[in-house]
Amino acid sequence: MALPQDSAPKFAEYDHPEMIVSTEWVAAHLGDPGLVVAESDEDVLLYETGHIPGAVKLDWHTELNDPVTRDYVDGPGFARLMSAKGIGRDTTLVLYGDKNNWWAAYALWVCSLFGHPDVRLMDGGRAKWIAEGRPVSTETPERPHADYPVVDRDDKRIRAFKDQVLGHLGQPMIDVRSPGEYSGELLHMPDYPQEGALRGGHIPGAKSVPWARAAAEDATFRPRAELEAIYLGEAGLRPDDDVVVYCRIGERSSHTWFVLEHLLGFGHVRNYDGSWTEWGNSVRVPITRGTSP
Amino acid sequence: MTPQPVSGAALHPRLQEIVDDFHEVPDRDRLQLLLEFSRDLPVLPERYAAHRDRMEPVPECQTPLFLAVEVEPDEAVHLFFDAPAEAPTTRGFAAILHAGLDGLDADEVLATPAEFSSRLGLADLVSPLRLRGMAAMLARIKRQVRDQRAAPRAAQ
Repeated sequence: MALPQDSAPKFAEYDHPEMIVSTEWVAAHLGDPGLVVAESDEDVLLYETGHIPGAVKLDWHTELNDPVTRDYVDGPGFARLMSAKGIGRDTTLVLYGDKNNWWAAYALWVCSLFGHPDVRLMDGGRAKWIAEGRPVSTETPERPHADYPVVDRDDKRIRAFKDQVLGHLGQPMIDVRSPGEYSGELLHMPDYPQEGALRGGHIPGAKSVPWARAAAEDATFRPRAELEAIYLGEAGLRPDDDVVVYCRIGERSSHTWFVLEHLLGFGHVRNYDGSWTEWGNSVRVPITRGTSP
Repeated sequence: MTPQPVSGAALHPRLQEIVDDFHEVPDRDRLQLLLEFSRDLPVLPERYAAHRDRMEPVPECQTPLFLAVEVEPDEAVHLFFDAPAEAPTTRGFAAILHAGLDGLDADEVLATPAEFSSRLGLADLVSPLRLRGMAAMLARIKRQVRDQRAAPRAAQ
């Protein structure tokens, strides 16, 4: 049984208000049957320092990724993971996390590859919950094992691969990394592990809109009018555009994907999760350096 | 399971003791142990707390971390780290290096194998990507020790 939608006026302006809930809503519904709250953070230990009471942990790196191949878990793997967390196919899953919900948005995008019917983000994430003085707990909940069905992952609708991006050159693309990563000024420090790529710059034609611009100071999403000013106004996108978004490994761009697809109602947005760590290491793919697309 | 290196350069007994501690606990308690380390990271002394610019950023960590290294005239090495409370993993890595290396002499610090972080049995729990941050901290510590030996810095 899906839980009711959060009827906050701010959310009503978004295209898919059913995809987002407030901290108030979560506080009011904690413990309701059919609801599972999950925390997904950049830092693998942050959940252990205290989390929303009853929330389970969902780690993007050690749980959502295949441990060997650079890919996400497959259908059986996702079913095992969800079942172990006590999440069923009919569960209302609310995700939240650190860093403006950066990693929670990534987890939501992966859940969307499996078409989980009811998955939502808690606006403002962990920072807002804590800033409001709401309770946290270090107790790991023991949830009853669920029986999540094996569902095939759909990589067509919201995921893009390198060859598809090559075919997409000249069409709308958004690079959500920092301006320094976009222009290709790499931090060159001899002898240090250089996490990332052999080449710096961006995919030709991609416009630079750093992902965190979609978030306000309190980590919540900006209201619709402000998001439209950024993405429709400055970046010149149209809701019926075919858009590819990317970053370094596809995490920050999941946040932008969420904004375009669910808050602004774009019909065709794909996240290129290979992102710069694939593109910037690939032989003979075109690259643009500097601040212009 | 990610294979653990079975051989390699010997560790200083203080580092070896930390490695042993991590291997003595079951997998799920290993993260708790890292969390305990993170809580024990010493508070930054005033001379750095008020002067972040005297510290070196470590951008390889997913969360900004700053470190400072001091090599005393008697060659004893002292380490200082600053990482936010919202980054317990990064703080834990820093605290491990502090517990293992602070107070050793320069040669002992320089003898620490670069792949020390991979011996803690954390790769599957924390992910190799996150562990890279600790390797980067160690590399920077060693580089600062070498630099300061070559050109002792002005007293602060």
